[in-house]
Amino acid sequence: MDVRAQVSMVFHLDKCIGCHTCSLACKNLWTDRPGTEYMWWNNVETKPGTGYPTLYEDQDQYCGGWGLEDGKLRLKLGSRPTELVNISFNPRLPTLDDYYEPFTYRYKNLIDAGPGDDQPVARPISMITGEEMEIEAGPNWDDDMSGSPIYAENDPNLQKVMNEEERRRFFELQQLVYFYLPRICNHCLNPSCVAACPSGAIYKRGEDGIVLVSQEKCQGWRMCVSGCPYKKVYFNWESGKAEKCILCYPRLETGQAPACMHSCVGKIRYLGVLLYDAERIEETASKPDSELVEAQREIILDPFEPEVIRQAMALGLDKKVIEAAQKSPVYKYVKQWRLALPLHPEWRTLPMLFYVPPLLPVTATLSQQGHYELEKDFFSSLESARLPIRYMSSLFAAGDETMVVAVYKKLLAGRMFKRAETVGDIPIEKAAQALEEAQLTPDEVEDIYHLTALASFDEMFVIPPMLREVAIEMGVDPHEFQEERGAGFVQLPSRGL
Amino acid sequence: MSWIKDIMNPETRLWEEFYRNRWQHDKVVRSTHGVNCTGGCSWMVYVKNGIVTWEMQALDYPKLETGLPLYEPRGCQRGIVYSWYIYSPLRIKYPYLRGVLMDFWHEARASHPDPVEAWASIVENEEKRREYQAARGKGGFRRAKWDECLEMIAASMIYTAKKYGPDRVLGFSPIPAMSMMSYAAGSRFLQLFGGVLLSFYDLYADFPPASPEVWGEKTDVAESADWFNSKYIVAEGSNLNMTRTPDAHFVVEARHHGAKLVVFSPDFSQVSKHADWWIPINAGMDGALWMAVNHVILKEFHVDRQVPYFVDYLKRFSDAGFLVRLEKTENGYTPGGFLRANCLERYRDTEHGEWKLLVFDRRSEEPRMPQGAIGFRWQSENGKWNLELKDAEDGSEIDPQVSLLDQHNEIVQAEFRDFGNERTFQRGVPVRRLETTEGPLTVATVFDLLMAQLGITRGILGEYPSSYDDEDAPYTPAWQEKFTGVGRATVVQLAREFATTAEKTKGKCTIIVGSGVNHWYHANLNYRAGITALMLCGCVGVNGGGLNHYTGQEKVTPAASWSTLAMALDWSRPPRLQNGPSFHYVHSDQWRYEKAFPDFHPREGPFAREHFMDLQAAAVRMGWLPFYPQFNRNSIELAREAKAEGKTTQQEISEWMVDQLRSGKVRFSIEDPDSPENWPRVWLIWRANALHSSAKGHEYFLRHYLGIQSNAIAEEVAQDCLHEVQWRDAPIQGKLDLVVDLNFRMDTSALYSDIVLPSASWYEKDDLNTTDLHSYVHPLGAAVPPCWESRSDWDIFRGLAEKVSALSRVHFPSPFLDIVTTPLLHDTPDEIAQPKVKDWSKGECEPLAGRTMPHIHVVERDYVNLFHRFNSLGPGIKQHGVEDHGIEIPVGELYDEFAKTVPSYEWNGNRYPSLTDVRSAANAVLFFAPETNGEMAYRGFKERERQTGLPLADLAEGQREIQYSFDDLIQQPRRILTSPCWSGIVNNGRAYTGYAMNVERLVPWRTLSGRQHFYLDHEAYRAFGESFPTFKPRISLENTLNLVKSPAAAQSLVLGCITPHGKWHIHSTYSDDLRMLTLSRGVEPFWLNDKDAREIGVEDNDWVEAYNDNGVIVTRAVVSARIPRGLCIFYHAPERTISIPKSPGRHHRRGGGTNSVTRMRLKPVLIVGGYAQHSYRFNDYGPPASDRDTYVVVHKLEGKPEWD
Repeated sequence: MDVRAQVSMVFHLDKCIGCHTCSLACKNLWTDRPGTEYMWWNNVETKPGTGYPTLYEDQDQYCGGWGLEDGKLRLKLGSRPTELVNISFNPRLPTLDDYYEPFTYRYKNLIDAGPGDDQPVARPISMITGEEMEIEAGPNWDDDMSGSPIYAENDPNLQKVMNEEERRRFFELQQLVYFYLPRICNHCLNPSCVAACPSGAIYKRGEDGIVLVSQEKCQGWRMCVSGCPYKKVYFNWESGKAEKCILCYPRLETGQAPACMHSCVGKIRYLGVLLYDAERIEETASKPDSELVEAQREIILDPFEPEVIRQAMALGLDKKVIEAAQKSPVYKYVKQWRLALPLHPEWRTLPMLFYVPPLLPVTATLSQQGHYELEKDFFSSLESARLPIRYMSSLFAAGDETMVVAVYKKLLAGRMFKRAETVGDIPIEKAAQALEEAQLTPDEVEDIYHLTALASFDEMFVIPPMLREVAIEMGVDPHEFQEERGAGFVQLPSRGL
Repeated sequence: MSWIKDIMNPETRLWEEFYRNRWQHDKVVRSTHGVNCTGGCSWMVYVKNGIVTWEMQALDYPKLETGLPLYEPRGCQRGIVYSWYIYSPLRIKYPYLRGVLMDFWHEARASHPDPVEAWASIVENEEKRREYQAARGKGGFRRAKWDECLEMIAASMIYTAKKYGPDRVLGFSPIPAMSMMSYAAGSRFLQLFGGVLLSFYDLYADFPPASPEVWGEKTDVAESADWFNSKYIVAEGSNLNMTRTPDAHFVVEARHHGAKLVVFSPDFSQVSKHADWWIPINAGMDGALWMAVNHVILKEFHVDRQVPYFVDYLKRFSDAGFLVRLEKTENGYTPGGFLRANCLERYRDTEHGEWKLLVFDRRSEEPRMPQGAIGFRWQSENGKWNLELKDAEDGSEIDPQVSLLDQHNEIVQAEFRDFGNERTFQRGVPVRRLETTEGPLTVATVFDLLMAQLGITRGILGEYPSSYDDEDAPYTPAWQEKFTGVGRATVVQLAREFATTAEKTKGKCTIIVGSGVNHWYHANLNYRAGITALMLCGCVGVNGGGLNHYTGQEKVTPAASWSTLAMALDWSRPPRLQNGPSFHYVHSDQWRYEKAFPDFHPREGPFAREHFMDLQAAAVRMGWLPFYPQFNRNSIELAREAKAEGKTTQQEISEWMVDQLRSGKVRFSIEDPDSPENWPRVWLIWRANALHSSAKGHEYFLRHYLGIQSNAIAEEVAQDCLHEVQWRDAPIQGKLDLVVDLNFRMDTSALYSDIVLPSASWYEKDDLNTTDLHSYVHPLGAAVPPCWESRSDWDIFRGLAEKVSALSRVHFPSPFLDIVTTPLLHDTPDEIAQPKVKDWSKGECEPLAGRTMPHIHVVERDYVNLFHRFNSLGPGIKQHGVEDHGIEIPVGELYDEFAKTVPSYEWNGNRYPSLTDVRSAANAVLFFAPETNGEMAYRGFKERERQTGLPLADLAEGQREIQYSFDDLIQQPRRILTSPCWSGIVNNGRAYTGYAMNVERLVPWRTLSGRQHFYLDHEAYRAFGESFPTFKPRISLENTLNLVKSPAAAQSLVLGCITPHGKWHIHSTYSDDLRMLTLSRGVEPFWLNDKDAREIGVEDNDWVEAYNDNGVIVTRAVVSARIPRGLCIFYHAPERTISIPKSPGRHHRRGGGTNSVTRMRLKPVLIVGGYAQHSYRFNDYGPPASDRDTYVVVHKLEGKPEWD
């Protein structure tokens, strides 16, 4: 048992309000430099929709992630030898059109325009060419179902699980629905970006599992961009190197939640350490589609189990990290409560960001006169909700509907139970029955409710101590570091670089 | 697996410093955003190398009681990109002056050493005036010097005061709560000058008129944490995710605590995603649905079965049991006014007996006069203005009969009106016959009349509906279908769930509502329909319940002390405060494009007018609404004249002025608004986008205020409908001599102004911020000094004050008198001034200042010392104390105590607390406010105890020592204290909810009955058919006059155009921010339904033109299935400066913004005054400038967009 620690995340999609504050916190801190304008390490997608870069989920086109060949894991992009042959030709890269041409405006015209005969205006200009341009795409182009006939209707997941007639009905007001899917790098256990890099520039930090692209070693081959099925590695056209979400390690190292999580106004995000068995990664990632979700749960170790603790300590994990793992909200959501699921587990990267799927309104019918009548459920049920279960399972369970249904049963039963408890117009017996069917106890409901609704920052983000003094000590005595370099040491100064 | 590397090698990982360094910063400072969003979020601003780099939310709000989710992090996608603005190319770094005017000024100054004479030489030359006016908004700015700009502004003001009067100088700045000291800077300056301050809340139509109608209160709502206490939440016209972004989580979390969320929204809006039920109601028809809900609630929870909690609540806290006279008509009866106490022999001599009401007491089986009506508030004997159910004469207990069904003398048929189908009904009502001093009278309770109004039969004869399925009878579930598009079964279930939840939780049902419902012409009715459901189920004044209206960050929590400073009440009173809607409706001449009322109106009686403008003039004449300019003469000259005629006292001058008006020697400006002497002349705009996002009818602003071309093509049609207002022939244009804008960015208003002054932005100045949405006070803090040549608002207005004082040494060398008119005010004895509507100008009564007409005051102004007055906290605060909600809190020795804590300012041999530094001024606000100084709260409660005779001071007993200073707020946001000026109780971390004090402590509402009103008996309400909660459909296309001159073209559609608050901006702020433009469509698009779009050949991202008679919008289309057919959404209110091409359809001129297709409409019942809760107060009352009943034609733009 090779016990390791992974900083992992849960995004509670029921709580997501789609505000994009997360994306902007990230943009402000990390990617407003030349070469990074189009990078959105954190972005929020409307689902159904085509995402960013557009249609990134279509691996027939992009060949990201892993496939199974004779039961063995293989990069879909091809193995390394082929890759080296193709090294200067990478047909699986998204083009600028799949992202967008970054733009700004001739703002100064508003102040500087000479006297004229009409109001001056600030026209859009390309950040690449500096020329006037027509804006045809952006990083969030199909937000809130904008352009639904072009985007939402062509969501690859929807295409996969619904026939044309079903899709048509889906876009009528009786069924119409959308929700938000915020995405950052999944800091996968089995990252295909790392495997795809010809230069060995990408690594997963041993102490916390954060996947980084070394800005020293990167040669700009962009195989990582193709290799990552989530398209969460970007190429900086100014520096010629790949960059990606760093899970705000400078903040984590100082005990602060990543910027996107800190700034999450919907309070949907949770972060904590998971202990896992690194020996079983390959085995886990090689399971058949239908077993992937469960296998990924299996690889996560129980931080309370004495054998796990003993082995972890033997491998050099600090006791404080193990304690953090015991308090991890991610462990609760993923392993204990089985409420959070990985995005596209069939890509086999073992993503370490998990999602609680959203509850959505009930469906309706139109009367003959065209009046809108709602289904009668007080809240909603699996039958009445605008929940295309097949669609959800295509996102979060490699098509396994039972996984998603199990989660929804719990979410719905929890609400019924709280209703019965706090109002009483739903009989407590009925709520208890729902709990039983969902395999939940009242105590669990209370714990889930607490973490969902009442948790403080400290409960939502259980950041393990990063023991920076130990890391620094490997190169220089921390006392010396404090005296000679300390926080003032600046390798690459200030914003703009 | 080889890619998991335990790389600890420091050399290999040294590069990681790259991102660590990027994160490093030098300083973190607390601030927030002074923007009208209601967020009021505490932010930490990061500074590196003296440059603001970014912002992250603060995480240190003091906690509320256990069991409530935490507030932090507060702050949204807009707030987090604010730092982009600071160094952006839009930043106004220096003062700017338009070239034409600058040249004139330099030329004039060269020949006129006196700046005032220089200004006169320009504006009195019509050619020059037209020339610089015509250049407005068309580029040609030149960098100017601070000194010359301030001098020109001061000169224009002094010129205007001398020539026309100071009430031709106006100022506009909205939402003081968002940065109240910056607001106060300009308002204090203006009020010392005698200028006019325009209101915002009603102008934005954010002010909910139903609130004063029902509760006598502008708005008093729960903080967002209280949503979590709710068990049934209906969100309508309020897209929480978009517009209450930092608060939305409370609703989401409440769902996990067992609450149900129902969303009414025509489109699948962002909050609909969280709903259990999304109800795609037809836009603007919410009232019809609520009326049907009320029908079901009354039937099933008040008739078929009675819920004791509901009945008890109605008895104590509503007017349900009060007696209404039924007036005999040809066919039977019609509901009239409330029965007044002095009609009964028993109460004949009670003081203010016509302002006290009666109930029918179950025990004595007689009418009784309970305490608490407004007459008790203003009578000489204190202590009976409370909600104890006691007879005010003998103190005996009263048990009001809500219904007389069991104790009636007779059932009579009364007439009720249905505006949905334009019919009347005769319905039986149980009545009592009473012997009164006026002879025999027939009376019924409000509740019984409401039953009849809503069509609940109870076995009584009359034209009652046969069942819920009766489609023709209002207000059945079947009836509402044709208006709302929502099926009857859904409505019935909604009503049952709502009332059951309220029954089981004792009122924990809430309606969260906002501009989507409130911006309609009939907003008050839409709201009252929902409020009725809340009242019927005992939900108001309960944590987790109530009507929670949010739009416009209107809650200046420390209002009592703040208004003293902001209105300069420490030096002179009263201020000149103008309701914005009336002002712009009149002065921007939007009335000229309007015909008769767009809906039902009386043909006889005092409200039988053809045109709103005549009523508006009457409202001013009778003292209901303010209006400036006041007279067709200079108010300073009039005072001088009075003095010359030997009038010296206030009283004499006032009476002299009344004579001038009575004899017609002096006229109200409102009666001839287009005559040049009645024009507004100088406009100071700060913290505002007054010419654009605030300018309902923007294109008329351009024509009539600025004197430039406009894209409006509407015809002037008012002339023939006018009888009391002078018509002047066109063209009336370019009324304003000077428009000054203080701004940090080149927004549309700045672009169209004559002078743009660079103001410090929100991370460059100190200020205070509060909101309705949470219960904290927090600061804006200067992370960096004001950038480039910018200055804080406080310092800009101090600079202007200094200039005015300097120039006044020649032009106003000594103090002088100014005649100031003000309307009859709420929370003063004025609210019992007019029991009947009588117009003195028609000889119906005597003109009496402050009773039948406006108050006429004489104010002494001292321009030479204006600067000193600005800088010092005057003795007025010590003398008068501070006031809010009718509570005058004595200050006394606290003034001297405060003086010891701040620097002093000395002039004319006296020392005062200094206000030169904005922090000192902020400290004065905090020190004298009951919400931030426990001693002030205690004193206020003592005063309220005196008025009500109730024990209340215990609420403040434990907090007398607490006193927050600005430095405290910088350390951590502080929670407000329970205050006598507000109705929530927040002790021990309890969430604020409106009217808790009324329900728990029996403090009366500030209404006629002292209770919440179902019934409004003012003559205007009866005349317009709005006495009861009722339903009136949205204004028809024909009545809007939107498309008279703009017929539909080929391949086009006529669509209802709504302008909800958007995702990527707060009004116009952030709409030009690159980050927001990047995450949206790069331009504010026009959203329309996919099938509608297909019909007119429009594809996603195509350019479209949308137009009506008011103007035109040119932008790109967003095609989406989430938008209903027949409706388009153009999110309020992007700048018209970003990526807007020209309009081929409208003279190839630049396309406009949201307000280019609007023209404001004012509603007649909302103008009445001098009558209990129907009395004016600034920002708290008056007709809102509704604009949502708007239609446009949309088609694909032909060819490529034209830019230049």
